Amino acid sequence: MKIILDSEQIEKTLKDLAKEIAMGVTGADDLAIIGIRSRGEILAQRLARCISDQMNQPVLCGTLDITLYRDDLNSPHGEGQPEVRTTEIGFSVDDKTVILVDDVLHTGRSTRAALDALIDLGRPKVIRLAVLVERAGREFPIQADYVGRSTRVEPGQAVRVKLVESDGRNEVIVE
Amino acid sequence: MNRILDIVERHTHHGSRRRHNNTMAIMRKSKQFKWQRKHLIGLRDLSAEEISYILDTAQGFEQISRRSVKKAPPLRGKVVVNLFFEDSTRTRNSFALAANRLSADTIEFTKKSSADSKGETLLDTARNLEAMGIDIVVIRHSAAGAPMFLSKNINACVVNAGDGFCEHPTQALLDVYTIRQLKGSLEGLKIAIVGDIAHSRVARSDMWAMTKLGAEVTLVGPPTLIPAEASRLPVNVSYSLDDVIEKVDVINMLRIQFERLGGNPFPSIREYSRYFGLTADRMKRAKSDILVMHPGPINRGLEMESEVADGKNSVILQQVTNGLAVRMAVLFLVNQAAAQTGA
Repeated sequence: MKIILDSEQIEKTLKDLAKEIAMGVTGADDLAIIGIRSRGEILAQRLARCISDQMNQPVLCGTLDITLYRDDLNSPHGEGQPEVRTTEIGFSVDDKTVILVDDVLHTGRSTRAALDALIDLGRPKVIRLAVLVERAGREFPIQADYVGRSTRVEPGQAVRVKLVESDGRNEVIVE
Repeated sequence: MNRILDIVERHTHHGSRRRHNNTMAIMRKSKQFKWQRKHLIGLRDLSAEEISYILDTAQGFEQISRRSVKKAPPLRGKVVVNLFFEDSTRTRNSFALAANRLSADTIEFTKKSSADSKGETLLDTARNLEAMGIDIVVIRHSAAGAPMFLSKNINACVVNAGDGFCEHPTQALLDVYTIRQLKGSLEGLKIAIVGDIAHSRVARSDMWAMTKLGAEVTLVGPPTLIPAEASRLPVNVSYSLDDVIEKVDVINMLRIQFERLGGNPFPSIREYSRYFGLTADRMKRAKSDILVMHPGPINRGLEMESEVADGKNSVILQQVTNGLAVRMAVLFLVNQAAAQTGA
């Protein structure tokens, strides 16, 4: 096991991401930060706070549950049991610039599911992808627009993001 | 009896699980529990944890019905058969819509349109449907045990939509879902189920679900409509609605099912209505935040006055809305269990 980001580095990475996202948009009015359950949800909330601090304006934030859109639902080889939770987006996504947030970009399958789930909610103007960590192993033609940290890991290794809200501590590890 | 008490006791720990979106709690929970049933026959055999899991899952399906695209893909390519040997509008439509919203294809099979009137047996009917490649059978039948029998003889998932006087699990699930949604939890709540208990599968399923989730249930009705078995169940019995009305947090008024009543269980409709009807007058003595429920269809003016059915305490239409989310959750879960065993 190796720690690639500690608590302070995660904090700084999110601030940098927030800065980059804020620079790329004209205003906070049409901006919406939407996190993919469950780590993405927490990261989206932290990011939205950073962005709203920088822009001095509140930023919309929501949570997307992608379980019903996963492509391994009917496969006996699916990992564990998928648990359906709530999607909580209290605003219309129509014509918004949506920043989709996830913890790790690996195969791209979660992102594909999230895009389908999002489009069933409305028609955003733009959807961009922000991830805390990006690694090799894409199975779909999907890339992130905002990357906190790129990391080289072997195919058998896993990148795990631990956050204080869900795991009691902040760190990103490779194991 | 010991087993029932044991279940009830085990249940009280889980009953307090409130509506929450706490990520941490959900993560912890998902590690220790796995839904494994590919059939939903009744609530009697379900643990409190399994019931809570269905309710938690249903929460995630609620929003599908509120958005512009009222559809999600998890049952795409699956076929759900509505196999209804008894008349039903609400339950049948609710299951059909639930299946459609999950992108399944549906086949409607009702008694009048079927070969049943030509004398085909239940098993033959089901096997013929199965030969067409179906995945889930939703069955309603006048014979108690028909869904269980079917589940043992075909490969498809079986969901009970009402069998005889035995169980109607999805109705009870939507009832407890509605209560949990509005009261936070069933733990410690006092609930009255009023009316024709003897002929009510809703009352039986309700009783299992509610007691397992920690509520105290009182069955209310004339002695002729309270089954003898009630004394062996974890419930109270009262023959007077007036004795109970002031104490309860939830009141579930059952429909008088004229089509099932044999003999003369009560002297006249008027007398029944006077003693067991939920009138505006009686409601004045109830708690101000009492939930008034009814599985529908209502005999207005008989078991319930219109003023009460349409009043501020009535959650009858919310029950119907929630029924959709609960049935989506049930169809999703049985299909998941089947997918993961590779069956």
